[in-house]
Amino acid sequence: MSTSTQQSSAGPDTSASSPNPLGGHEKQAPWVPWAVFGAAAVLALGIGLLTSWNIVLFVIYTVVLGTLGTYVLSRVTEGPRKAVDRLVTCLVISAFGIAMVPLVSLVYEVVRRGAERFDGEFFTASLQGIIGPGGGAYHALMGTLIITLLTTLISVPIGLMTAIYLVEYGSGRLKRSITFLVDVMTGIPSIVAGLFAYALFVLIFGPGVRLGIMGAVALSVLMIPVIVRSAEEVLKLVPNELREAAYALGVPKWRTILKVVIPTAIAGLATGVTLAIARVIGETAPLLITVGITNALNFNPFDGRMATLPVYAYYQLTQPGVPPENAIDRAWTAALVLIMLVMGLNVVARLISRLFAPKTSR
Amino acid sequence: MAKRIDVSDLDIYYGNFKAVEGVNLSIEPRSITALIGPSGCGKSTFLRSLNRMHEVIPGARVEGKVVIEGQDLYGSDVDPVDVRRQIGMVFQRPNPFPTMSIYDNVAAGLRLNAKKTSKSDMDGLVERSLKGANLWNEVKDRLNRPGSGLSGGQQQRLCIARAIAVQPEVLLMDEPCSALDPISTLAVEDLMMELKEQFTIVIVTHNMQQAARVSETTGFFNLNGVGQPGRLIEYNPTEKIFSNPDEKATEDYISGRFG
Amino acid sequence: MTSTTSAPPAQQPKSRPGDRIFAGSAKGAGILILVILAGVALFLISESVPALTASADEISGDGGLASYIGPLVFGTLLSAVIALLVATPLAVAIALFITFYAPRKLAAGLGYVVDLLAAIPSIVYGFWGIFWLAPRLVPFYRWLEENLGFLPFFAGPVSSTGRTMLTIGLVLAVMILPIVSAISREVFSQVPTLHTEAALALGATRWEMIKIAVIPYGKSGVIGGSMLGLGRALGETMAVAIILSGSAAGITWALISSANPQTIAANIALQFPESTGLAVNTLIASGLALFVITLLVNMLARWVVNRRADFSGAN
Repeated sequence: MSTSTQQSSAGPDTSASSPNPLGGHEKQAPWVPWAVFGAAAVLALGIGLLTSWNIVLFVIYTVVLGTLGTYVLSRVTEGPRKAVDRLVTCLVISAFGIAMVPLVSLVYEVVRRGAERFDGEFFTASLQGIIGPGGGAYHALMGTLIITLLTTLISVPIGLMTAIYLVEYGSGRLKRSITFLVDVMTGIPSIVAGLFAYALFVLIFGPGVRLGIMGAVALSVLMIPVIVRSAEEVLKLVPNELREAAYALGVPKWRTILKVVIPTAIAGLATGVTLAIARVIGETAPLLITVGITNALNFNPFDGRMATLPVYAYYQLTQPGVPPENAIDRAWTAALVLIMLVMGLNVVARLISRLFAPKTSR
Repeated sequence: MAKRIDVSDLDIYYGNFKAVEGVNLSIEPRSITALIGPSGCGKSTFLRSLNRMHEVIPGARVEGKVVIEGQDLYGSDVDPVDVRRQIGMVFQRPNPFPTMSIYDNVAAGLRLNAKKTSKSDMDGLVERSLKGANLWNEVKDRLNRPGSGLSGGQQQRLCIARAIAVQPEVLLMDEPCSALDPISTLAVEDLMMELKEQFTIVIVTHNMQQAARVSETTGFFNLNGVGQPGRLIEYNPTEKIFSNPDEKATEDYISGRFG
Repeated sequence: MTSTTSAPPAQQPKSRPGDRIFAGSAKGAGILILVILAGVALFLISESVPALTASADEISGDGGLASYIGPLVFGTLLSAVIALLVATPLAVAIALFITFYAPRKLAAGLGYVVDLLAAIPSIVYGFWGIFWLAPRLVPFYRWLEENLGFLPFFAGPVSSTGRTMLTIGLVLAVMILPIVSAISREVFSQVPTLHTEAALALGATRWEMIKIAVIPYGKSGVIGGSMLGLGRALGETMAVAIILSGSAAGITWALISSANPQTIAANIALQFPESTGLAVNTLIASGLALFVITLLVNMLARWVVNRRADFSGAN
């Protein structure tokens, strides 16, 4: 790297101060920016000690001073073009750093506060008859599992068949409009999906109805487009040669799809379904208005209110009762369990796609 | 099992585009017929119309007649799926089913059609087909390994075994050796010579030496220009085509003056 | 080329029952999607009719439906626009960092880390926002009021809890960051190497290469992506419901005071469980307004993104 400094003086009559043809003066050694930031950190430490010590301000001062220092130094030694380039480099790295702040602080906070009640009772007891300490979220956990399972049972067949239609059969205007509306459907706010399910069931059961199945219907509105999208992508990846090979054996189209296309794409389909489940399992708003909450066990999604983990967390936080600490602790643990469920499903999805990746590579 | 094919006044269309025009020919049973010609002249399209595979592409259709032993392939009561069971096809690139083992690949034709077959019958069929494709000795110890683990030439012979396992009457081959190395090509050519004892074979090839080596009869396809339909220029015994063709265009093509 | 338009009748392929049933149910599933979407609109309309036709004094608050929904629409748009203004530059910078600055080996992992932000349930963002972020923003808000208080945005009195419109904007910005940056990343990675290498071969620095080759190519994709983010922010419910200390503040531009307009989605979540009768219909009517707004934004966003896809597919 440092050998390139020779270039600028290679010409016959370039003095040390004149710019080389590319506009730079001399190239900085790679350690220079680090040194600048080190100096900025020392300076920030000094400011911090003189005024009031604050870790956040320290980091901000360091980044701002370091960026400014790098820019100024580069402008003096390398010229304005290089200096702007270095400034942008500092900015994009800072942007990534800024994005990490919420992620790290959120995970840290949820783990720290959620660990308080992350115990056996939380997973085995319901809230029935609980005032004050103790109690758990067994009923909410089961409710979430039941409703998510129902949602999956509704969404996967519809989503998969729609994807099959789009990839294998569809053509013309119907295909285009379905593709477009699936895109639009991905953007439906979750609360609107909840209102839809409510309005639908009100027509059948009258106002004020709350059922587990309503929640599953609402979540399906959110889940179906996700499944269609991912399944469509995966089915498109199945080579056409395999379909032709099956047709040439005299296999009807529907058996070709069922026995050749889907088995070839199964890993990708499973990954997509897992991610879709992860997407809806933490949904709160639609369940809040369709399923409600209860303190008791209810495993029947066709009979009355059910507890679900996100709604449970919401009510424990917003209506903790007296004294509030016990319920708020339970809320954080519920949030922790939710995050673990979602992250776990994401990891499972990645494992599926890695372990069962199609061995088609030829 | 081998049957004779008579094609008369066949036009093939993709939508409103006429890809092939006015083909008339008769293919003898138990023989190898080669179709040669420059790229895009419609020889593959014609081959695919012989088992109605071209219908997979939306908008494709034909006018004219294809008759196999008196049965019109395009009769109104004929199901293309049934046609394909009688007329097998091997493709340019080997395409074994990646999710299936070698054994299952050979058995696929029957399994996918939900034909009830006993385990011992199936074992026998798989062995016969693999032997028929000169592959048995190479794979008999690893029938349960995935078919995609084989070499390119072995995969192509596996695809041939898969095609003959459903006991078709005709075997169509669409440039079966173009993705293979010379040694695998030789193995497939040897196999074709053996298979013609039982099947009517039609092969599309870009390789004129291959046509000269394996076929009894050769058809030369050509087209007058881009956007024009392809035509069958000459259809004669291979020996005649390669030594003393009737048409000037055939001679020009074979002597390498174009194409 | 004679009579090429009429297909001969002999070629209508005879279809087998299996094929017919399977193709039919696939098509049925596709049509079901249309039906569901139409159903969403239809049921929302039918359930909001009582609120739409009710006289003004029956609606909660005074002044009828329009003055009930108006401030909610304002709050929804305001919070989403703040989120968009904060998130877009940040997301573009992150996408640039991952695509062009980060070491090749790390890039995929870093992208996955940013995507993790999208995996966190919105209610957890609510927890984080109210307990972690909001209190930490209060000193900053005080500083804003002292120094920039003459602007209507930063007019006092400052909220002592930090549960303000600006906080919501920041939380929503974090929530839509992954979607905007994912789409930006996708667009940037599609910039033809030919263009970037041509720029570098002319002696451009990395930033100049981005300015010359990447930004012009990716602009419409970034716009579409941020509008998808806007759609997401408009409909976000739980985080807002938990964090925002909303009140009947009406339409106000003050972002850091304790009087904030509520958003449509959060208002539904907060009011619905306790509502009966006409109040439910009123809430559903506000939901209908939200549905229409997000529908328009998303359709526009898809149109922008797809138009770009057509364009890039052509070369």
